[in-house]
Amino acid sequence: MRRLLWQALRRPVTLPRPAASESALAELAESVDLAAKRRLGRSLSIRQVDAGSCNGCELEIHALNNAVYDLERYGVRFVASPRHADVLLVTGPVTTAMREALERTWTATPEPKWVVAAGDCAAGGGLFADSYAVAGGVADVVPVDLHIGGCPPTPTQLLRGLLALLEATPDNVRTRK
Amino acid sequence: MTGGHTLRGTMVPHHRPWPRQVLDRYDQPALPAFLAASDAELFDLWADAGVVHAALRDPASGAFAVASVPCPKGRFASIAAVRPGAIRLERAIRDLFGYEPVGSADARPWLDHGRWPQAAPLGGEPGGERMEQASETPDGPPPYPFLPVEGDGLHQIPVGPVHAGIIEPGHFRFHASGETVVRLEARLGYVHRGIEGLLAGTDLARAARLIGRVSGDSTVAYAYAFARAAEAATGTEPPPRAVWLRALMAEMERLANHLGDIGAICNDAAFALMHAHTGILRERMLQAAEAAFGHRLMMDRIVPGGTAGDLDAAGIQAIRDAAAEIGKRFPGLVRLYDQTASLQDRTVSTGIVRPDYVALYAAGGFVGRASGRSFDARRDAPYPPYDRLRFDVPVRRDGDVNARVWIRIREVEQSLQLIEQILAGLPRGQHRTELGPSSGEGVGLVEGFRGDVMVWLRIGADQRVERCRPRDPSWFQWPLLETAIEGNIVADFPLCNKSFNCSYAGHDL
Ligand code: SF4
Repeated sequence: MRRLLWQALRRPVTLPRPAASESALAELAESVDLAAKRRLGRSLSIRQVDAGSCNGCELEIHALNNAVYDLERYGVRFVASPRHADVLLVTGPVTTAMREALERTWTATPEPKWVVAAGDCAAGGGLFADSYAVAGGVADVVPVDLHIGGCPPTPTQLLRGLLALLEATPDNVRTRK
Repeated sequence: MTGGHTLRGTMVPHHRPWPRQVLDRYDQPALPAFLAASDAELFDLWADAGVVHAALRDPASGAFAVASVPCPKGRFASIAAVRPGAIRLERAIRDLFGYEPVGSADARPWLDHGRWPQAAPLGGEPGGERMEQASETPDGPPPYPFLPVEGDGLHQIPVGPVHAGIIEPGHFRFHASGETVVRLEARLGYVHRGIEGLLAGTDLARAARLIGRVSGDSTVAYAYAFARAAEAATGTEPPPRAVWLRALMAEMERLANHLGDIGAICNDAAFALMHAHTGILRERMLQAAEAAFGHRLMMDRIVPGGTAGDLDAAGIQAIRDAAAEIGKRFPGLVRLYDQTASLQDRTVSTGIVRPDYVALYAAGGFVGRASGRSFDARRDAPYPPYDRLRFDVPVRRDGDVNARVWIRIREVEQSLQLIEQILAGLPRGQHRTELGPSSGEGVGLVEGFRGDVMVWLRIGADQRVERCRPRDPSWFQWPLLETAIEGNIVADFPLCNKSFNCSYAGHDL
């Protein structure tokens, strides 16, 4: 029984690597401190922060860890503390109640660091932009390096954005641009 | 309504499908008195311009009704003493509308963290009074007084709002004696986006999109409940094909979420293998949803009047294939769960919710059904096509983490059968119709994966939303989590929490 279950997992379920998102590479060329990026090498630790999401974005971020997308094979992993993170992956419109928590999480993240705003809400507040309880998109609260659009972004869209971050070295950003 | 006790008031016309009556304003304590003498279940309590509404169900007859209590001068009689599930609802009413629940034992704010630009942001509607006072002082927001705990050797553990995992924001305050939790108190409201405020005055299409984002994991259930409320309010009959397609999406959503939850609970019990397997099966269902309906979570696919799109043969095949694969692999995983002693050791007798609490709070979903309350809106507030489908509602009484896992397991099996029945019986024809032009009030109650999702709606003459109230099942489950953890060790909290999987976003709105 146990053996059967292990075998089931050995079926090739993992999708091939998608290409890094071109638009993400272009955005990164504008904003990311590529010299700092070079110091990091080819692995990233991500701290996810839900700043007011409907939880749809979280479901798809979770999916990155499943055997189909298998984020860890790229050297990218989620960590429990901002102090261990290179990247803050932020979702949701930033609610007024989460604004300070997001600022403090950002402050607690050591340099060099990048902020990725995932989802249409994170981009500018989405459908919630006009609410009394919303401070705006992520960029209204902390500096954002990369936006990944979608409501929610699919795991593939997320992956393409994160791979762009991984691949954004001065050389390849210049050639792609 | 129950056992000879009645509520007297004026019936409101054009409120469908349940009756609504406005209680005499001089009879304000009538509602608490009625509830004290009856066993009516509280399904929701929410404010409107100058009124507080209570949605009630008589468990004996299964009948629903809405009782509306006028609150001139912004005061209404608290029902929290007789229905503790109302405590947080009343605090939320005070935060949003400024109406005071007279006699409430809890004067603390709930959704309002003192950071909105104005207090009582929804209280400015006709009948209410806008209070323009900024609550945040230069020193930051006012501190939140947690309930005191006294005793030797107690320590506090504050957790959140930013957690260690990929989960929604909320704050938990543990008081522990050594490893044992003496009291857990949750503080929520971090994800309050002001949805009820955004809904007021908007058109139905935008309202449907907003409602579909109250809680993303239940986007189908919310859009479904909203569509039913809008159709009830306007007297519109959706086409049969749409009715069946909606149920299909709802079962796919339930299946995907239960698979995710079963794996996540096992993962928190340090059994990652189960998580790996259920993760693949969940992914299959989401991919089928994308192939069939063009969106992995099926967001914005249910609209008032029907569904946004139709389902073609390729979509049907994708769903059939995914369901067949899950049907083939799931029994092995169930055996694995059942036969892994290290897993059972963590889940059995952990985080017990008492059946009398579940009954008192009228908690729905797997939290209720694992502790003896068998309510399932698909069967007990039936709506088509479920009245034509065969399914069982699993119930247990042991109420621990293990029981909540088993309810989900049984519901996965039921959903697989329901998907098969729906695909076999799917009627032909239109998938959408125009909403009738009339205005009115409507309620939609559907069974989401987490429990019953309710949407109450009043549409004005211009076909715009005058007032819309979406209610998440989590309102009546969150407080029970605090009871479930008592006497357990701190390290078992993630396991208990995951077995509840309450929605932060759905509750905070
Ligand atoms: S972008 Fe969409 S899925 Fe993500 S939080 Fe916003 S509404 Fe939810």
